[in-house]
Amino acid sequence: MGISNQLKNQHLLWRAGFGPDTVPVDELSSDSNKKLIKAIFKASEKVPAYIDVADPAIKEIYQGMEEMYRQKRQLTEEQRKLVRDRSRDGIRALNLTWLNQMVHSEQQLREKVSLFWHGHFACRTVNIVHQQQLLDAIRRNALGKFPDLLREVSKSGAMLNFLNNNQNRKDHPNENFAREVMELFTLGRGNYTEDDIKEAARAFTGWGSNASGNFVFRKNQHDTAKKKVLGKSGNFNGDDILDILIQHPQTAQYITRKVYRYFVNETENEEQIKWLADRFYKGGYDISALFQDIFTSDWFYDQRNVGSIIKSPVLLIAGIRRAIPMEISNEEVQITLQRLLGQQLFYPPNVAGWPGGKNWIDSSSLMLRLRIPQMIYAEDTLTLKPKDDDDQMMGMKDQGDRKQKMKAFAQKRGGGQVIAATVNWDAYTKLFEKISREKLLPAISSSVLQTSNSVTVSTLDKYIDNSSRENYIRSATIQLMSTPEYQLC
Amino acid sequence: MLLKRKEFLQIGSLATASMMLPKFMKAFEAPHLVPPGNKVLVILQLSGGNDGLNTVIPVRNDIYYKVRPKLGIAPDNALRLTDDAALHPALTGMKELYDNGHLGILNNVGYPNPDRSHFRSMDIWHSASDSDKYVYTGWLGRYLDAQCKGCDKPTQALELDDMLSMAMKGEHIKGLAMKDPRRLFNTSNEKFFREVVKNHQDEHGEQTVDYLYKTMAETMSSADYIFKQSRIHPTSTVYPSTDIGNSLKTIASLIFSDINTKVYYLSLGSFDTHVGQDGQQRRLFTEMNAAISAFVKDMQQNNRFQDVMLMTFSEFGRRVAQNASGGTDHGTANNMFFVSGALKQKGLLNELPDLSNLKNGDLQYSVDFKNVYATLLNKWLGADDRQILGRELSYLDFV
Repeated sequence: MGISNQLKNQHLLWRAGFGPDTVPVDELSSDSNKKLIKAIFKASEKVPAYIDVADPAIKEIYQGMEEMYRQKRQLTEEQRKLVRDRSRDGIRALNLTWLNQMVHSEQQLREKVSLFWHGHFACRTVNIVHQQQLLDAIRRNALGKFPDLLREVSKSGAMLNFLNNNQNRKDHPNENFAREVMELFTLGRGNYTEDDIKEAARAFTGWGSNASGNFVFRKNQHDTAKKKVLGKSGNFNGDDILDILIQHPQTAQYITRKVYRYFVNETENEEQIKWLADRFYKGGYDISALFQDIFTSDWFYDQRNVGSIIKSPVLLIAGIRRAIPMEISNEEVQITLQRLLGQQLFYPPNVAGWPGGKNWIDSSSLMLRLRIPQMIYAEDTLTLKPKDDDDQMMGMKDQGDRKQKMKAFAQKRGGGQVIAATVNWDAYTKLFEKISREKLLPAISSSVLQTSNSVTVSTLDKYIDNSSRENYIRSATIQLMSTPEYQLC
Repeated sequence: MLLKRKEFLQIGSLATASMMLPKFMKAFEAPHLVPPGNKVLVILQLSGGNDGLNTVIPVRNDIYYKVRPKLGIAPDNALRLTDDAALHPALTGMKELYDNGHLGILNNVGYPNPDRSHFRSMDIWHSASDSDKYVYTGWLGRYLDAQCKGCDKPTQALELDDMLSMAMKGEHIKGLAMKDPRRLFNTSNEKFFREVVKNHQDEHGEQTVDYLYKTMAETMSSADYIFKQSRIHPTSTVYPSTDIGNSLKTIASLIFSDINTKVYYLSLGSFDTHVGQDGQQRRLFTEMNAAISAFVKDMQQNNRFQDVMLMTFSEFGRRVAQNASGGTDHGTANNMFFVSGALKQKGLLNELPDLSNLKNGDLQYSVDFKNVYATLLNKWLGADDRQILGRELSYLDFV
């Protein structure tokens, strides 16, 4: 069954980005889909600018640490505290800066695919310098060649530390890194043996990073003897193992399947996945080409795929902000929302990333999702409180001026916060200026929702502010955004 | 005009709320009376890694005092249980429970290849997975899946929180999180939401949107049900006005009603005491002690203590030696408390930790926590633990 051109283009904008921004409705229905695809890829071609929010003092400390180590000196208590506190602030700033990119950047596809890789290469670290280096590696390579992305992530200080490869030594191999590279980054579970992991771990011995996050190869700790991995033998090093994993067609299958579930449909279509994966493999793992294949396929626009995916919390927040342009004066409230909804950037639940799909939804998260648009509109108070995150608190609760800190923390966590947003409604209502009054509701509905709305007109009418055309458009939009249908794209 | 804040928050009457539910939710509205002898499991999560060695103190162990010259709690200050063991001084009520045979203490609980990261280790405790596997469902969520297949009872497991823990998420059914029954009721029964749910027609339940509607309807229905139940037998016992006190008070009211809830979940923290452990742990224990004491008294006065099992756990214990900042760092094995009027074994259920046999400065576990889960699922909740935990595990004898 064919879908309207408008829906088709919106589908593309939701999947290849964070939803439509303020585009006049008639434009989306008249624009050619092919042209839009081209424009989306073109916009994401440029290498993105490095996001650097780390405190210069921290960077200086990290850069000096190798030297301190040589001199057998340690950080002073004051330096330690500086690193801890500013690093945490830095990660919050990185979160909000990247979120703003998702909302405002023209490079919608790049940021969206980066968000996918951010979950694929899930990594927690309290080190802001490492964290922003990893994010940069992901954003730069997001649409490039998968082998380059894999190699750069695998050699990042963030990942090597997170997966304990700094402790992977000739005499005491640590298998964590080798295991996750196979299980989560390339082959997927069931496509290698425990022996493969043991042997690969030996090949990764000596891979580590210095304090400023750069890759170092510690020759003395590397096991140079012969290893046997996935049926191949040799005096492999870590790069050789990554090559073997890349050459394995299962890697293309595994990545493609995950991409399909994230960008097309949670319900897999084997034929389509196989077709994509074969081309991905044969084309040398060109990520951009894989997405070209997806977005230009007729089946991508099948009714069954449109409106079938539950928006992730970050996509939901970014999507609302793109649709109705706003200034948020207390930006941190967005981090609280991310936490309450179950997806805080840079804090994946574990190394396997966010499971997504129906896992985003439980009673509390759904009710909060439904209330967000209304909270923005009415500046309603957010009375919910996310759980403590012990990884971030790190024993700072009981230091000296505890009470004051706790208060600051509670505020940061959003206890009793409102979403202080100033919405630019004029820009939004203008989008509908050519639509006649009687066609207004269907027009708003089809631009706000990706799935046909089951909320009846009579229900909506009761809650729509009819006092002026502007108020009608505003209230209808908020209303439609507060429905289960809006959770889908 | 709905968009005026006041109106958003307007509450309809209880009767209207349930009348407006869609058909597929009607079955759920039938009363679910709890059979007599209904067993309830209350799980108290001590978040952040509680220091078990300063909880149950090995007062005659020289190693303990040697590696904790500042942090070690002197025998005279601790609440003596046996010649060898004593409780943290703030746990006076727990000591009383011990004396009355209502406290079981299981030492050295852990799992193979322990992970020292808070979130990963908590993940392992929540999912009951092996430490090298990633499972997205929680053990209590899978309990719901097993018990509630085909029945709409999302109130079987309640978490007293604004966010639902992974432990409570099943493949098909999830527990429900709420801090306060009234607040949940208020938000979920907003007029507009009620009408949206009422008018949703699709009953095939195959589309994702139907799943959302179903969750929404269940939440509203549950909110209504919980709110009503919590007001049937409001407890008259005085609880401390702390978070944990309020939560246990709500739980008590629900236990006294005929609600179908089998599992209650709540957290206390943070026990992540890298620095200044003494003050922080004492403060948290004081809160915990007062709240549990009130709760037990309440259960006893209402003749329900036999039906209640309260269990505490933490994602890991701390390292055996104190650190340079008057605290302890992330460790491994730990102890668990069981509070109930129906314990089959009481007091210290097994040996104290062997401080002379450490692994890299950490305790070695002797009981896998999954055996505790299996025991409670099978013997207390009467559930199929093998299906829920995906393996055959031996049971412990305290239940």
